[in-house]
Amino acid sequence: MLFSVTDGGTVGRVYGNDFQAPGDAARARPATDDSTASFEAVLAEDGRVEPRDEMPEGYRRTLVRQIAQHAHSEIIGMQPEGNWISRAPSLRRKAILMAKVQDEAGHGLYLYAAAETLGADRADLLDQLHSGRQKYSSIFNYPTLTWADVGAIGWLVDGAAIVNQVPLCRCSYGPYARAMVRVCKEESFHQRQGFEILHTLSHGTPAQKAMAQDAVDRYWWPSLMMFGPPDTGDAAAPGGHTEQSMAWGIKRFSNDDLRQRFVDMTVPQADALGLTLPDPEIRWNEERGHHDFGQIDFTELFEVIKGNGPCNQQRMEHRVRAHEDGAWAREAASAYAAKQAARAVGAA
Amino acid sequence: MSTHEWPLWEVFVRSRRGLSHVHAGSLHAPDAEMALRNARDLYTRRQEGVSIWVVRSSEIEASTPDERDAFFDPAADKIYRHPTFYDVPEGVEHL
Repeated sequence: MLFSVTDGGTVGRVYGNDFQAPGDAARARPATDDSTASFEAVLAEDGRVEPRDEMPEGYRRTLVRQIAQHAHSEIIGMQPEGNWISRAPSLRRKAILMAKVQDEAGHGLYLYAAAETLGADRADLLDQLHSGRQKYSSIFNYPTLTWADVGAIGWLVDGAAIVNQVPLCRCSYGPYARAMVRVCKEESFHQRQGFEILHTLSHGTPAQKAMAQDAVDRYWWPSLMMFGPPDTGDAAAPGGHTEQSMAWGIKRFSNDDLRQRFVDMTVPQADALGLTLPDPEIRWNEERGHHDFGQIDFTELFEVIKGNGPCNQQRMEHRVRAHEDGAWAREAASAYAAKQAARAVGAA
Repeated sequence: MSTHEWPLWEVFVRSRRGLSHVHAGSLHAPDAEMALRNARDLYTRRQEGVSIWVVRSSEIEASTPDERDAFFDPAADKIYRHPTFYDVPEGVEHL
């Protein structure tokens, strides 16, 4: 069964989070009430919904949109790091970076396969990415200006992604949850290699340490924005996706809870690196048992989601060009398969 | 045949000798040989397997979730198939 999932055209997704820019609320998914007793029973016992089970159309569409845009994020995420493969400082770093970028392609494929269990078609989802009807994580619209940025992406961006993705391993939709288990296992290598790059730089020459600090200065705030708009206040997400996704067992924790978890996890790691997070308001709050931190400029996030980030256009152009330039290989594989099949028939 | 028509394959991986193949996921490929190669790159990048099966998804026949209750009912009232159904006298061992 194929169906359109274009209603999510303005949604800015971040690795397993679902939100949109203010003013786009009118396009939010309409509420559905086609839930069935068997579906509700599975949710009630915290069970897993499997591909051929009955499920409300809204649940299916929310999942297709979220999983597809998660998949898009993985494959677009290959670009900022791929940018440094040919300039990695050693053969060791180069081999590691190639393995990481290959993993991102693999993560995209696990996720496209999960979306297809819901009746979506991968080629159709890619078309929607290429035509701008579906989005990818805003974080990949920032440039990788130095080698240290590869470290900052691994440590901060993949670190934030892990905080977002670990709860998705318990998502109510079985194939998505299983894909996320695999992804999370592989992400921990990504985060550690990033941390190691920054650790090496920060214990190197003053110029290397300054490069590491500069990368952290530029990637810290965009990484915090990866968790999406705040739960409350003017910048809070319109459309009520969070509440419905929580009721459906797709989302397990609020944006602010996950963001807090990330900050608490990262502050001591920054100390270990000997680097400073660019927020003078970060301090331990004994009473809350958490770190306080400064205000996030969400207008920047919404601008990037709308397409006005530093690299939006470049990322999309590169993606479309890579797809078109690869057409001959797909056609050749098809032609070879057809020839082999014809020969097999002839021999029979 | 464009990629729109590349069939879907289900991938089963034997993680080590002595264990059975377990479903790992699915992928698109134009033929069985490419499906195997893609499955190797996609599902065994970290030595997760020593053997791979690929099966065209369209070749798999599955029981339907709607009929789950009726289909599996015959086993529901036969608890005597389990060893715990039987009373064993005190002191009897190795039974």
